[in-house]
Amino acid sequence: MSVAQAYTYDVLIVGAGGAGLRAAIEAAGQGVTVGLICKSLLGKAHTVMAEGGMAAAMGHNDDRDNWKVHFADTMRGGQYVNNWRMAEIHAKEAPDRVRELESYGAVFDRTPDGRINQRNFGGHRYPRLAHVGDRTGLELIRTLQDHTVHLGVTVHMEFTVVELLLDDGHVSGVLAYDRERGRFHTFAAKAVVLATGGVGRAFKITSNSWEGTGDGHGLAYRAGAELIDMEFVQFHPTGMVWPPSVRGILVTEGVRGEGGVLRNSEGRRFMFDDIPDNYKPQTASDPEEGWRYTQGDKSARRPPELLTRDHVARCINREVKAGRGSPHGGVFLDIAWIKEKLPDAAAHIRRKLPSMYHQFKELADLDITTTPMEVGPTTHYIMGGIKVHADTQESSIPGLFAAGECAAGINGANRLGGNSLSDLIVFGKRAGEYAAAHARTRGAARLDDGAVTRAIGAALAPFERGDGGENPYKVQQDLQETMQSLVGIVRTETEMQSALVALQGLRDRASRAGVSGHREYHNGWHTALDLRNLMDVSEAITRSAIERKESRGGHFREDFPDKAAEFSTCNVMTQRQADGSMRVSRVTLPALPAELATVIDEQKT
Amino acid sequence: MQATFRIWRSKAAEGGGFVDYPTEVSEGMVVLDAVHQIQADQAPDLACRWNCKAGKCGSCSAEINGRPKLMCMTRLNTLDLTQPVTVEPMRTFPLMKDLVTDVSWNFRVKPTIKKFTPRKPDAADGTWRMAQRDADRVQEFRKCIECFLCQDVCHVLRDHDKHDEFIGPRFFTYSAALEMHPLDSADRLRDLKDTHGIGYCNITKCCTKVCPEHIHITDNAIIPLKERVVDRFYDPVTRLLRVFSGGRAT
Repeated sequence: MSVAQAYTYDVLIVGAGGAGLRAAIEAAGQGVTVGLICKSLLGKAHTVMAEGGMAAAMGHNDDRDNWKVHFADTMRGGQYVNNWRMAEIHAKEAPDRVRELESYGAVFDRTPDGRINQRNFGGHRYPRLAHVGDRTGLELIRTLQDHTVHLGVTVHMEFTVVELLLDDGHVSGVLAYDRERGRFHTFAAKAVVLATGGVGRAFKITSNSWEGTGDGHGLAYRAGAELIDMEFVQFHPTGMVWPPSVRGILVTEGVRGEGGVLRNSEGRRFMFDDIPDNYKPQTASDPEEGWRYTQGDKSARRPPELLTRDHVARCINREVKAGRGSPHGGVFLDIAWIKEKLPDAAAHIRRKLPSMYHQFKELADLDITTTPMEVGPTTHYIMGGIKVHADTQESSIPGLFAAGECAAGINGANRLGGNSLSDLIVFGKRAGEYAAAHARTRGAARLDDGAVTRAIGAALAPFERGDGGENPYKVQQDLQETMQSLVGIVRTETEMQSALVALQGLRDRASRAGVSGHREYHNGWHTALDLRNLMDVSEAITRSAIERKESRGGHFREDFPDKAAEFSTCNVMTQRQADGSMRVSRVTLPALPAELATVIDEQKT
Repeated sequence: MQATFRIWRSKAAEGGGFVDYPTEVSEGMVVLDAVHQIQADQAPDLACRWNCKAGKCGSCSAEINGRPKLMCMTRLNTLDLTQPVTVEPMRTFPLMKDLVTDVSWNFRVKPTIKKFTPRKPDAADGTWRMAQRDADRVQEFRKCIECFLCQDVCHVLRDHDKHDEFIGPRFFTYSAALEMHPLDSADRLRDLKDTHGIGYCNITKCCTKVCPEHIHITDNAIIPLKERVVDRFYDPVTRLLRVFSGGRAT
């Protein structure tokens, strides 16, 4: 099998969202050669869709904020199964990473005294999210992209990695194809950083773009890396529910941060009916106090709409199941009501939430300044992923690093809104830094020609089966249906066991996927290849969710609705065995140091 | 209900042509939904570039019934479905396959524009201060999703192929975002005049009309840049001063 081109880099980064770009900037700054592979055009990655902001305890809007409060909020949000060291690093370093973006040219919204403005968000005690209206992700990715293009990083756009290559247990590079011509290319590298994002495309209703097919998760898993926390999938409470073709597209939490409220079909603000005990001291006792909180009153406590995402999503789910939903199977999210409170509310909404205004106007023909939106839960984020060393982001495979959504640990059982963008820049930087340092200690990487030939053969197999094979689009749709209905927001043992059976059937069909025609920009072929990653992550999610017999954060079991002590000290780990089967095990969480335990206790009031 | 989509398909030998695909459509659908349905049911190898399907990434640019648009933001109820809906690739860029074009020229142009160069920090802790109204001005330009529809429709590129002498509306907007950035201290006016070809733009506003982010490209980005170039290089008073000061007053 022929390879069109062979590239060699010190550090190869797979993925060009926030984490991949930040890693590239850091590695390039260390003076090593850097290659960057992205599945799409540069600047189109899923980061672009992030809306609300990035969390960093800069204390601009409330000087009571500091890293300790952010750390405690992150741990509480993650139900204490986070990797404490990652949560600590994240809380301490996020402010510097955000300020650094300003030196790269990012233009954040400002406070009256000209500093970076910070907004309220679910689970964050103080206003903490640096933002640009509701298009913070675009600002982040464009800033990093425009900075990167002047650093000598070689970008390979519209390339997809199909296999990680190892040399004697150490990562040595990857095999990739280019979309334009369908040719194969090898990339030899002394260190590889995976920054491939999430897995949302395993579910039918998702806020994720097409790229969220779990590529990094799947590549690392097949190479033998350890994955943890795969049962923890975040269902964002507010996705669009109508019209059907846009179902799942995100409606930013910023709507609630600006005073938007959730109501059921009876007009009731149902979030006041179910406030978890550990959040009661911080939650408003009535709508008036909640409103004052959203308007910056420091003596007020937050409205229950801004409780953590897992909780709000389940409350919405409950209202819909109880028959109190909106006409198209969601609930109402109302920001228009603030006209009772503010003069010129319509202009205010358009200024604070321009993308949301635009999105509903164009896609649903609805004016959010006058009419409530219909919203419902949508698969948004996976807390689980590649297990990494907290400081270096190196995985269990030497030389293989991971950052951003495809890495695991910082978020525990549930991620707070705004912690994702800051995760990308904090750990993207670290991954780039340590990957570059690692590369310096290594001699030239050697690629295994036999492995390359085998991987090319496997990738071309769908063409040999031709049109007689399974339609890859149909297999993907059926997989999404299976995961959505059997391993979704509310889970049971019985349903998940039947999901495992269904997944085996889907795996068989995926292995028979066939396409015909030429290799040039063949979307059907690309879909067939993506299926391998989707199958692996779906199985890991399902097996991990079966293993965790309790409810915690994003993982809710109807048959085990409460938290269980035995699971409060462990992560569920999945790893590929030599025979190709998936091993599930429990690994003990690293012990929390006494001084950090004190920090958490201090913040519990 | 059924509708027919007349989609441009590349065919290696004969150079390409339209193929009609009838497909079932329902309420709320956008053109990209129809294309996906056609891929899944009738033409698995149909090439189409897309990502977010929410108007945020700018990948799915095409010409729909002859108008440059994002496929993901074009609702079917805005089109006449009694006639076939034509879907073609952007014409200004070389065709890769079907609906996908080679837009790499844009990625080569960007690094030719001087990068962001911040002034010294305002505060001892290394941070800057800026007013919201100053931020607002450049945030309009920074909304750009790089869909390149403005480049597609600009006649300097589309009809006159001035790709080597003219950077196009997208990159005038980008230059404006840098030139008007409250913290930036670099100077891009000579480049705009000499190598980036701002003089070629004759303000027909086609770019503004097709911008899915509703950026006032012509009024707020290009015209102010043109004015700055004129003030610097063509203003008689400035030129006179330059003569007396020995050429330093630029």
